[in-house]
Amino acid sequence: MIRAAWRNASIAGIGLSDYPVVPNLTSEGHAALAFGRALADSGLHKADIDGFFCAGNAAPHIEDAENLAEQLGIRPRFIDNTYTGGSAFEVLLQHATIAIAAGECDTALIVYGSDARSRGKRTLGSGGVPPMAYPWDLKDYRPSRVGGPMAFEVPFGGNIISSYALAAQRHMFEFGTTSEQLAEIAVAMRYNAGFNPSAMYRDPLTVADVVGSALIADPLHRWDCCVVSDGGGAVIITTTERARDLATHPVNVLSAKNAGTHWNIGQMPDFTRTGAADCADAAFEAAGVTRDDIDTLQVYDSFTITVLLQLEDLGFCAKGEGGAFVSDGKLKVGGALPTNTDGGGLSSCHPGMRGIFLIIEAVRQLRGDAGEAQTPGAELAMVSGSGGLLSHLGVAILGRDR
Amino acid sequence: MNDLAAELHTTERMLPQPDTVSAEFWDGLAVGELRLQRCTDCDTAQFYPRPTCSTCGGAVEWFVATGRGEVHTFTVVRANGVEPFASLVPYVFAVVQLEEGPRMLTNVIQCDPESVRIGTHVQLTPVAAGELVLPFFTPASRE
Ligand SMILES: [Zn+2]
Repeated sequence: MIRAAWRNASIAGIGLSDYPVVPNLTSEGHAALAFGRALADSGLHKADIDGFFCAGNAAPHIEDAENLAEQLGIRPRFIDNTYTGGSAFEVLLQHATIAIAAGECDTALIVYGSDARSRGKRTLGSGGVPPMAYPWDLKDYRPSRVGGPMAFEVPFGGNIISSYALAAQRHMFEFGTTSEQLAEIAVAMRYNAGFNPSAMYRDPLTVADVVGSALIADPLHRWDCCVVSDGGGAVIITTTERARDLATHPVNVLSAKNAGTHWNIGQMPDFTRTGAADCADAAFEAAGVTRDDIDTLQVYDSFTITVLLQLEDLGFCAKGEGGAFVSDGKLKVGGALPTNTDGGGLSSCHPGMRGIFLIIEAVRQLRGDAGEAQTPGAELAMVSGSGGLLSHLGVAILGRDR
Repeated sequence: MNDLAAELHTTERMLPQPDTVSAEFWDGLAVGELRLQRCTDCDTAQFYPRPTCSTCGGAVEWFVATGRGEVHTFTVVRANGVEPFASLVPYVFAVVQLEEGPRMLTNVIQCDPESVRIGTHVQLTPVAAGELVLPFFTPASRE
C-alpha cells in the first residue's frame, strides 16, 4: 500500500447557531444553522465536505451521523459517530485531523445541535439518561427497569450534579479546597459572560452570591452548576495548504489527544484526577509548546469542580493547588490565563455537550475576532473537554497560522 | 424491612434488570449476602459484576463479602426533580469503599444526613424493593 504524505490540518470555518433559548429550532435545526454559518465563514461549498463527524447521542436524539449527514445533504467518504459525552468534539477533532492527515478525507465537518432548553422534559444532557437528568427536568418521569452497569447506580438517586459533587467533596477532603475557591470559577465565567451579548447570564456574580445560592448536592450550589441552554456549533477542518487559500485566517490543529478513565461515576478510579492528566503531556509534546506558551484556555465547565480538576490535570498548577490558583482572577478576560472567554457553560451556553463551543471560542480568539473579550496577540489556545461524568477527557492545542 | 422499604420508596425507584452476569449478585442480596466476584487468576475482587476480570481478563468466581466498608466520598442531595427522590431529599448518595477492595455507589440510610463524613464506617443493609433487594448501607461502629 502506498501511503499519501501526512498532511497538517487547520480549522477554516466556524459557526454558531443561535443561543441561549431558541424555541423554534430543533436539534437538527441548530446543527443546520451552525453548518451554514461555518460554510459562509470559510467560503467553502457544501460539496467540499467529504468527512462528517458528529457525536451520536442517546435516544430520542436522531443526531447520529448517518441521519444528520442525510439532513444536511452531505455524502461523506469518511464518517465518525463517536460519543464520549461533552468531550466528543475534542475527540472528533483528533479523528478528523488524522483522517485529513492520512488523506481519507480533505474537508471535514464537525457539527452539533441541541434544543435541550426548549425541549424541556425530553432533554438529555452530557451522558444523560432520564434518571441522570438535571433535577429540574423530567418532573413527571416514571422509571421502569435499568440494565447493565447503570443498574448499580441509578436506583440510588444519583444525577449529573450529585455525581460531580462526589468529586468536589473528595477534593475538599484531600486538599482543603473551599466552596469559596470553587465559587471564584463561577465568578470569573460570569465576568467573562459580561462581554458576550448572547450569554444566558451576564449580571455580575460574587463569591457570596455563589456560596449563598441553594445547595443542590453538597458541596455544589446552584451557581456551581452550568446553565441548560439551546445551541449548536460547526467546525470545518481542511488541509493547512488549502486553508491558506480560504477566506479566514487558518487556525492549525497542533495536537489533539484524549484519555478515558471510567464511564460510570462509581467506577472513577481517583475522584480528584481526570484523564486530562493522562493526555496533557502528550498534547504539549506533540504540539512542541509548553504550558507557559498558552495564551487562552477554553475548558469544559459543566460545574466549577470540572474546571478546577482540569486546571490541575492539564498541569497549569499542581494537584491540590487549584483552589489557590483560581482565587486571584487569573481566569478572567484580561487575567493571566483568560479562560472561557465567552462566559462558558456556567454563564453563557451549555446545551448538553459543550465541547464544540470550546473549539469555536478558541478559534475566535486565535483569529483576533473576540471583540472586547479578545486576548491581545493570542497565538496559542488550549481546549479541554470533559465528557460523561469526568469520564473521558479530550484536549487539543490550536495555533494561529503564521 | 417493609417499613424501611416504604420509607425509602424502593419500589418507586428505577430498579435493576438482573441478567445472566448479575443474577448471582441480586440473588445474594435476597438472602442477606453481599456477593462479589474475585478473579481466579490475579485474585482481584471486583464490583459491579462482569463476564471476566477487568484487571487481567481472567475467569471470575463469586464469594460472600463482609458487607463492611467506609464512605470514600458522598454528597447530601438536597434537590432532585425525579420522584421518588424528590420526596426523599435530603438523602446521602455515597461511594462506599468495601473492605475487600471494590467500591459501590449506594445511599447511606438510617442516619442524620448531616452526620455522614468521608471515612464513616458503614455496614450493608439490604432493603426489599418488590421482588428485588437493594444494597443500602448504614453507619456502623467498627468491632
Ligand atoms: Zn484478574
